[in-house]
Amino acid sequence: MSDATNSDERIKQTSRFRQALIRPELGGMVGTVAVFTFFLLFAFDSGMFNSQGVMNWSVVSAQFMIIAVGACLLMIAGEFDLSVGSMIGFAGMMIAIFGITLGWPMWMAIIITFVICVAFGALNGYIVVRTGLPSFIVTLATLFILRGFTIFIPQTLERKTIIGGIREAAEGDWLAPIFGGKVLTGFFQWMGDVGIISVFTRGNLEGQPVVSGIPMLIVWALALVVFGHILLTRTRFGNWIFAAGGDAQAARYTGVPVDRVKILMFMFTAFCATVFAVCQVMEFGSAGADRGLLKEFEAIIAVVIGGALLTGGYGSVIGAALGALIFGVVQQGLFFANVESSLFRVFLGVILLFAVILNTYIRRMITGER
Amino acid sequence: MSDPIIRMTNIEKHFGSVIALAGVTVEFHPGECHCLLGDNGAGKSTFIKTMSGVHKPTAGTIEFEGAEMNFADPRDAITAGIATVYQDLAMIPLMSVSRNFFMGNEPRKKVAGMSFFDHEHANDVTMSEMKKMGINLRGPDQAVGTLSGGERQTVAIARAVHFGAKVLILDEPTSALGVRQTANVLATVDRVRKQGIAVVFITHNVRHAMAVGDRFTVLNRGKTYGTASRGEITPEALQDMMAGGEELATLEGSLGGTV
Repeated sequence: MSDATNSDERIKQTSRFRQALIRPELGGMVGTVAVFTFFLLFAFDSGMFNSQGVMNWSVVSAQFMIIAVGACLLMIAGEFDLSVGSMIGFAGMMIAIFGITLGWPMWMAIIITFVICVAFGALNGYIVVRTGLPSFIVTLATLFILRGFTIFIPQTLERKTIIGGIREAAEGDWLAPIFGGKVLTGFFQWMGDVGIISVFTRGNLEGQPVVSGIPMLIVWALALVVFGHILLTRTRFGNWIFAAGGDAQAARYTGVPVDRVKILMFMFTAFCATVFAVCQVMEFGSAGADRGLLKEFEAIIAVVIGGALLTGGYGSVIGAALGALIFGVVQQGLFFANVESSLFRVFLGVILLFAVILNTYIRRMITGER
Repeated sequence: MSDPIIRMTNIEKHFGSVIALAGVTVEFHPGECHCLLGDNGAGKSTFIKTMSGVHKPTAGTIEFEGAEMNFADPRDAITAGIATVYQDLAMIPLMSVSRNFFMGNEPRKKVAGMSFFDHEHANDVTMSEMKKMGINLRGPDQAVGTLSGGERQTVAIARAVHFGAKVLILDEPTSALGVRQTANVLATVDRVRKQGIAVVFITHNVRHAMAVGDRFTVLNRGKTYGTASRGEITPEALQDMMAGGEELATLEGSLGGTV
């Protein structure tokens, strides 16, 4: 490159360091390092970093990650989905209704639930692209509609709002373990045997490791992050996602099927919410009408901490995953460190504000706005 | 004279009760820069949107390379080889030049049976195409937001030409630019024309039109005043036609011919 001879003399050379800073994941990376440093210094002895502790915050972070991946891609495509939390409650309840009340086999209940929820996602998207209304308001409506059904349906059919017995019903099912099972159990048994992780010393679980394996929830979270990241950065469709959120009209002019991209992203968000819900009901063995409350905001916060712009067109799945990790580590870490849990919300508000300010600054550096 | 690459005959376009185009007939030839002049509201934008498949004409025919065409959407027109560079450029400031360049036409390569965005190819092509147009990028991942208006215009034109445009429609490419950037864009237009592409140059600036135009068509209130070739018409006459004639004559007197 003949940078030195031909370039505009009015443009200052930017240092490599500064250029390396200009990336969506920056906030998430800094935050992750800061959060881990903090808890390693102040809560190392609290049990947060032994095998159980690690598993504890990993599971919570993985939950956030699953919904953050969907919310991230949707936000980059320029839309919001506020119905994620209600969708989680609704999906869990559908599985209970189909699998327990109606007594269908669990695999069928899971598949039908996926179909219904993804269809609701498509409906959200369809309404948004056809009416041109802000997705904020359309999905706010869906939030109430789905939550209403989630309470109404079990009350009408079962006269209660929590339906249990799902774990028993899922016994021997081929699909349920993909959401509720654990992997690498042999490896963890071995680690317990050789003393890398602690084992139970009493009771009927004596000799078994305290952490018996990696829950499928974490596998789903990592798989969705990898899938989302590759989709966004390495495929043609990823370019369309950026384009649809960056400037929908400009994208349409160049032949990007913007409406299709947006509807598909709404469907993907619904899919992620359903994955979350199925993992949750398989773990708890029950479905409750109040499950997933406020999850939509937690997903959005993780995404914003991860460096995505609320206005769309910019962001990163890796960033969102780091945002979810920060979220999970802090939430559980404060518990381990015996800090009053209400302070978590204070922390959340502060970090959200910082993230948004940092993002705005990065965006200015990218576009050269002043 | 060569055959026209695109011929628009008696194009009419109504939006509800508003008649935006009331029968416009124009021909465009390859290797020529055809300037479409008109004041605001003359129907320039509606006309080019009809040509590029955004609007369907209410009446009239579009012939492209001798065959009648019915474009269902902009994609059809782009596939046929009619590319439009809009005023707002269809560029996304937050995305890199390379991602913008290939937006909607992403190169793909197969890895293990799945198709991925071929970033390497995209970056190489972007850098070399930009170099040809005289723009030095810091790198293909530089965001479009950091480019100047003229540079963005040039990227948009280079993109259209790279993807095989036979007809290049430029919607007021110089209206928001400074003197030097305008000169750059006009030079680009000249370069593109010499490659045998039909350039449709929409403007309301007679001077810019005279600088590159081979043919001039004036639109006024949804109608055309006919087409003149270079040398057949003076800038003053064009100016008068755009304004609808008489009124400007008196204005011009008081402004000293500076409009």
